[in-house]
This record gives sequence, structure tokens and C-alpha cells, in this order.
Amino acid sequence: MHAVLVSYFILSLLAGLLALFPWPAARIRGYFGGMGGALAALVGLIPVIAVLGGGSPIDMQMSWGLPLGSLHVRLDLLSAWFALPVLFVSALGGIYGMGYMQHYGERSGVGVNWFFYQLLASGMFLVLISFDGVLFLIAWEIMSFAAWFLVMFDHEQGTVQKAGWIYLAATHLGTAFLFALFILFADKTGSLDFSTFAVATGSANILFLLAVVGFGAKAGFFGLHVWLPEAHPAAPSHVSGVMSGVMIKTGIYGLIRVLTLCPVWEDWWGWLLIVIGICSGLGGIIFALVQHDIKRLLAYSSVENIGIICLGLGMGILGMKYQSPIAFLGMAGAMLHVLNHAIFKTTLFMGAGAIVNATGTRQIDLMGGLQKKMPGTALVFLIAAAAICGLPPFNGFVSELLIYLASYHGIIDHASSGAYPAFGGFAVIISLALIGGLAALCFTKVYGVIFLGTARDNRDVHAHEAPRTMLFPMLILALLCLAIGLNGYLLLHIVGPVVTGIHPQGSSMTGANMTALTQAWQTIGSISLVCCGVIALAALIVLIKFLAVRNRTICQEPTWGCAYSRPTAKLQYTGTSFVEPLASAFASLVRTRSKGDVDSSYFPQPESMSTNTPDLFMNGVYLPLFSGCSALFAHLRRIQNGRIHVYILYIILALCGIIVWSFA
Amino acid sequence: MEFRMNAPLALTGLAAALILSPLLRSIINRTKARFAGRQGQVMLQPYFELHKLFQKGSVYSHTSTWIFRAGPVVEITTVLAALCMIPLGGNPALIHFNGDLLLFVYLLGMGRFCTILAAMDTGSSFEGMGASREAFFSALAEPSLLIGLGGIAALTHSLSLSEMYGRLNIGILESPMAPALVFILFAFLIIFLTENARIPVDDPSTHLELTMIHEVMILDHSGFDLGLIEYAGSLKLWVLGLLLTGLILPLHTHSAELNLVLAIGALFLLAVCVGVIESTMARFKLIRIPQLLVIAFVLAALWIIWIARYSA
Repeated sequence: MHAVLVSYFILSLLAGLLALFPWPAARIRGYFGGMGGALAALVGLIPVIAVLGGGSPIDMQMSWGLPLGSLHVRLDLLSAWFALPVLFVSALGGIYGMGYMQHYGERSGVGVNWFFYQLLASGMFLVLISFDGVLFLIAWEIMSFAAWFLVMFDHEQGTVQKAGWIYLAATHLGTAFLFALFILFADKTGSLDFSTFAVATGSANILFLLAVVGFGAKAGFFGLHVWLPEAHPAAPSHVSGVMSGVMIKTGIYGLIRVLTLCPVWEDWWGWLLIVIGICSGLGGIIFALVQHDIKRLLAYSSVENIGIICLGLGMGILGMKYQSPIAFLGMAGAMLHVLNHAIFKTTLFMGAGAIVNATGTRQIDLMGGLQKKMPGTALVFLIAAAAICGLPPFNGFVSELLIYLASYHGIIDHASSGAYPAFGGFAVIISLALIGGLAALCFTKVYGVIFLGTARDNRDVHAHEAPRTMLFPMLILALLCLAIGLNGYLLLHIVGPVVTGIHPQGSSMTGANMTALTQAWQTIGSISLVCCGVIALAALIVLIKFLAVRNRTICQEPTWGCAYSRPTAKLQYTGTSFVEPLASAFASLVRTRSKGDVDSSYFPQPESMSTNTPDLFMNGVYLPLFSGCSALFAHLRRIQNGRIHVYILYIILALCGIIVWSFA
Repeated sequence: MEFRMNAPLALTGLAAALILSPLLRSIINRTKARFAGRQGQVMLQPYFELHKLFQKGSVYSHTSTWIFRAGPVVEITTVLAALCMIPLGGNPALIHFNGDLLLFVYLLGMGRFCTILAAMDTGSSFEGMGASREAFFSALAEPSLLIGLGGIAALTHSLSLSEMYGRLNIGILESPMAPALVFILFAFLIIFLTENARIPVDDPSTHLELTMIHEVMILDHSGFDLGLIEYAGSLKLWVLGLLLTGLILPLHTHSAELNLVLAIGALFLLAVCVGVIESTMARFKLIRIPQLLVIAFVLAALWIIWIARYSA
């Protein structure tokens, strides 16, 4: 197995390097970058599936020439669970990219893009299996930088440069906290190996906070999320799919890994995660709703889903203290949502890429009626949209259901004792329900405006279906949405040992109350059965309808326009108008700015009006903060005035300082 | 206490729902007519209308796609599935398991999702308008429904609708948390009126497209499809009505058959109440509806105070 693990990295890098080679046709680069990468991922999946299937963890330790750390990799259950979507999604993303990058033809930079794509995939995998602080940080930086190069693909555009810059700043600020985190962990033993990490008394809380900020910046917790809505629209679509679907999950992985290293979990960690979850979930979806740019919208929706994962983790930590099944249910829900979100969000980004390629715009309000021109893309997009809203029978429902069950058990098991899980459950149910309802609003907007109705702009008239290399990966992912939705029981079996392995006394996670847990398993099983029944019932009704209306007159007429005889496509409801009731209800939060006004005079002239919603934290916190910093540091320029003799004076002063210091 | 399903009785309840649910509409109409001093329609009028619609051919818009035709099918399927999960008169439903309340709520959500998309499929601005309102208001109503059910779950220590409603009996009133049920009841009444598009949230009999919510979404549906939607609407009245009447009428006699009859009688009574509300109230302004839903939410969530009292 060790050899297989190593050969993944070799194959993946080889695929990337071969794609760099100046081949006569751009297509060949795609074959190496996409197909080669997919092949490597298949090899990488072998040890991952072996570990998840009950095999022993794969441990490899070598020394390297560096003074710090060691080459210690370990593929245990937790790593394997996160590695599953990483390998699978990046392989499908590569295949999709083969079709997507054809759009760019012989443009320079395509090969470089493939190289960094493979580097990103193997970097993410290395992050997951690193078991040494130094190795982890190296892998973390490889991953982050590879993603930066990918975001900067269209680097001649000003917006892309800005996006890359914001991403780079955000990821480095996060990494700074990780440095502090690992140094604190190694404080006691002096070794950076994860297995020797020990929590000094009293430092557990600081460790946890450092992890929340450091890993939260990557995961996109609300407040630290500002890079997501910038970087995702800028990157090519398969890259944004991989970044949003799996790369941000390495942040969640890091947080859980830190939890595994802490022997005792504090109660308030759970509360903090629940609060972060509520803010990310609601903030993410409300900002997603008011976006005009499809990829920006999807980026905000990732923030929302990270919030849902945090809600599950929070309930899990909270339940741990009470030895109740809540711990297991919450954690299992979070872990399953990691996988599920990777599947449906990547599908949505891939779908968005197909749409953007077909129409040449990312503006939702300029599209319309694509259902007829891109039926395949429309179908997979619809499935993924229903899944992300947590609707049965798709996979999003299964993971949200587990988090709901954790919350409801928090209420019914602890209501009479008035214990805290009851309040946690109370908050989580309300926020999950509101998030779910708003997500349905958001994705009916996206699907309804983009695919349904008629084209709002004449560029859509020439839109065409995506090539097969792009459709195929989306179709597989969409089928997985349905398959997981109907086989939640199976998935729960796989994720069970992963979850109980998170806490040192993991077996106590299931709690004394085993009946509640068996009930939960039965719930998932029953739901699969009922969903199958519902699908069969729908088929039956379709059949009845078909038989009943067989011989009747079915005619086609224009849409009823209240007797208005000359409707145009511009009269349709737009995405902006669709969410206007919500935007005005949350006006104090979203602060949409509008330019131009509606002409209400008797003889209206052509008018234009535009709205945009800047990010709350970007405009409210980070821009003032950073412009303040740069104004402050501008004063420092005075000492760098370009006069040589002053510089010599500095050197002498520094020397004197050192001499004085050495005597003191 | 054991809850064993009386299968023949559950099937009878299901059959009663399938047959009697359109009657709820005629009871509402008859009540409204009496208030207005009119005679009102024949009680069987909704049946005649359904019969007529199911006989007809259909007109489809040029703009619409398969989504438009799938909408009504998903709607009726999900309502039928929800119907199989809701207990009638203390007798467990045909489908019941731990946590079925979540599937119940989310199946209805799936039906709504498809109805909204079907409305947007026509490309009509009116239907987009209705879809937008429906999506927004139901997003606000969802937390109240789930947290209200959470309150009942806390009171009855169960996560299955059949058990939750089965355990609501006179004995439960001794629990210190019992007063919370009154608040949940009012919250569910608001949700019932919202989800079924009744006054004061939506006016099913209005003729101005601009002010409609649910009715405007189905403007372009016709024939068999419209029949499915209308029938699903009646069933939805029945299903959500049972969530409400189960709280009003927690008295269970020893005879299961009598319980069934009582529960159906309570539903008819609820229909009369809806008629009274519709006759004595006007529809709220659209911008007021979120406020109404927030009130419903507060009422539904008030039970947490009793739990906080335990911990104090």
C-alpha cells in the first residue's frame, strides 16, 4: 500500500509535468492533465478505499535532510474520509477541464494551468495525510499557491488580479495562525510530529481558537470568507468547483484534526461553532441570494454550507460532554455534509462553467430559457440545486437530516433536565430550517431565471449544449446525489467508524443510550424506503396521466400575459426582482447599492439602473483596516529616504545596539 | 405506552382523506356564503370541478418545458406521501418511524420547490411574482413549523408524528410545559393559512393577478394538470389541518373508530373556522405578511421558556 500511495504522487506530478510540455496540439495537454490526473486519482483511491473499508491505517515515516520535522505521512480513517472527495472530485474536475479548456484553444498558460491543477490535487491529498507539522505546512502552502496560480489564469484582467491578491492575503493571514498553532502544540515535547503533540495545561482553549481562525480562513467561516466570492468567479470553472467543493474542506479537516489531538473538549467550543455555523449559514445564504453573478452566488452558498457543517460539529462537541447520541449524530451529519457538499457544489460550479461558456456572461439576469438549448446541463443542475436545498430524495437531505436529528434529540433527551443541548438543538433547528428555506429561494431563483422562461438577451440565442467531456463528469456527480440520497444507510455505515475515531474516547460518543442511535439508523433506512416509494408513486401518477390524456387535444399557446398581446422577454421576472422582497427585508444587512433611477415622468426616456451588493466584511472591516494600516506604515517611509549617509548611520546604530546588547 | 398501528383503520383514514378532502373547500365556501347572506354552492361543487378538469385536454405555453408538466405531478406525489405520514385521530399513520416529521416537512418542501419552478417555466412576470412570494413566505414559515413540532416532540419525547400526536392526551396537560401547546396551536394556525394560501395571507378568490400568491403561480396550468393541483390543494388542507386539529382535540376515547370520526369532525370544524376568518378579515398587505410569519415563529418557539425554567 505504501508504494501505491507514493505512486499516486508520482503519477499526478508526471501528468502535470507532461501537460507542461509544448505539444503540437492543445488537446494533448488536456489528455495528460485531465486523463492522466484521473488515472493518478484512481490509483490514489485504492489505499483510501482500503482504509475506509476497514484496513489498518497506512503509516510511513522517513527522515529528510531538513533540521525540522520529518516526512511522516499517515492515512487514517479521518484522512481517508476527506481524501475520498478530494481524489474523486479532482479527477472528475480534470475530465471536465479537458472540455472546458478547449474554449481557450492554443492560448499560452493552458499547460501551466494543468500543471498547477495537478499540483493542487496532490497538495490537497498531502495535506490530508501529513502527520508532521512542518510537512503539513509545506503541503498547505503547495495547495494554497497552486490554487493561487489557478485563480490567476486570466491574469490580464484587472478583476482577476484583484481577486488573486485578496486570496493570497487571506490565505497567508490564515497560515500565520497555523504556524502559531503548531509551535504551541510542539511546545512541550519539541517535536513537530502529530503523534507527539501534547496539549499543555491551559493552552487547549488557545489552540482551539488559533485553529478556528487559521483553518476558518481556508474554510470560509463568515467574517473570514471575503476571498471566496472574489476568487471563485475569477478561476476557471473546474478549478472553482474543486476549490469550493474540496479545497475549503481542508480547513474543516484541519479543525477536526486539531480536535482529535485534544483529549478534552470544552463545552464552549461547541457553542462557538454553533454561533459560527449560524452566522455563516444565514449570512452566506442571504448574501448568495442578492448576487447577480452566478459564480459569486455559488461561492457565498459555499459559506452557507460550511455553516451547516459547523452546526453539526458544534452539536457534536456539545453532545460529547453529556455522553449522548447527539455527539455521534451531529458529527456524522457534519462529515456526511462534507462529502455531499463536495458532490453537489462541484456539479453546480461545473454547470455554471458550461453556462458561462455557452452564453459568455456570468450575469444571471442576462440569461434565460437555457433549458431548451442545454437540456443535459439543465438536468444535472436541477438535481444539484434540489440537493443543495436539502430536499429528499437527494444527498443533501441525508446529512441535514442527521444534524436535525442531533438537534431534536438534544431537545427531547434533555428537555426535562433543562440541559444545554436542548438550547443548542433549539438554535440549530431554527437556523437550519431558515437556511433551508432561503436556500430553496436562492436556487429556485438561479434555476428559474437561467434555465426557464425565454432568453433575456440575444447572446443566449446561440447558446449550445456543453461538450460530452463536460457533461459526463456532471452526470456522474448528479447520479451520486441521487444514489447517496437513497443509500444513506450505507454511507452511515462507512462514516460511523470515522466519527467514533475523532475523539480519544470515541466509543463513548455513541452514548449509553444506544436505543436512540439504533432509532437514528432505522430513520435513515426508512427514509430511503419511503423515498423509493415516493419515486414509484410519481412514476405511477405520470403513467395514469399519460393514459388519461392520451386521446385528448393538447395545444401550444403563448403564455397568458393578462391579455397583453405584445410581451417581450424583458418583461419576465428577473433574479433581482425575484429576491427583492427578501433583499428589502434584510436591507440593513445586505446594503445593496443602486445606481440610476426609474424615470416616472410622462414621457420616459431610456434609463439605466444597476444594483450591486458589496461584501459586508470587505467594506465594513477589511478595507478600512488595511487602508488604515497602509496609512500608518506610510509614516515609516520617512526613514527610507534614499540618502546613503543616513543608511550608513542606521548600520552604525544597529551595530552599537548589538554591542550594547551583548554586554548587557 | 405502545403504539400499534391499526392497519385497516389507517387505510380507512387514508381513503377518507382521498374522498372527503375536497369537501373542506366546500365547507369553507358555504360558511363564507352564509356570512354574505348567500345560498352558496352545492356541497359537491369541488367534486364536479375536479371531474370536469380531469376530463379536459391541456393547453401548454410555447415557453414551457418538461419542468412545467412535472410540477403538478411532484406536488400531488409529495402531498400524498405526507398524507401517509400524518396520524388521524390518535391512530398511527400508515408510514411512521422515528424522525418522520422531518421527511414530512421536507417532502412538502420538495413539492413547493417544483411548483415554484413550474411557475417560472412559463416566463410570465406574474407567475414569477407569485413564485417569488411563495418562496419567500414559505422560507419564513419553515422555521416555525419545525420548531413548533420540536416543542411537541419535547413534550411527548418522540420524533415520530404518529407518536407525538398519539401521546397528546388529557394526561399530558398535567405537564408543566402544556401551556406551550396553546402558543404552538396559534402558530400552526398561521402556518396553516399561509401554506394553504388562505386569507389573511393570500386570497384564493381574488381576480387581480398582481395581488395573488398561490393562484397566480398556477395561471397557465390547465386540464389534467390543474386538476392535480386543485386536488393536491384539498389534500394539503387536510394534511396541515390535521397538524392543527391534533392539538385542539387531544381527547382520545377508547374506541378507535370513534376517534377517527371525531378527528374528521374536527377537520370540518376547522374548515368552518377558516370560513369565519375569511369572512371577517381582509387580506393583509403583502409587506405585512413577513411580520405575521415572525409572530407565528415567536409563538411556535415560546416553549423554550418552559425548558429554561427547568434549568433555572
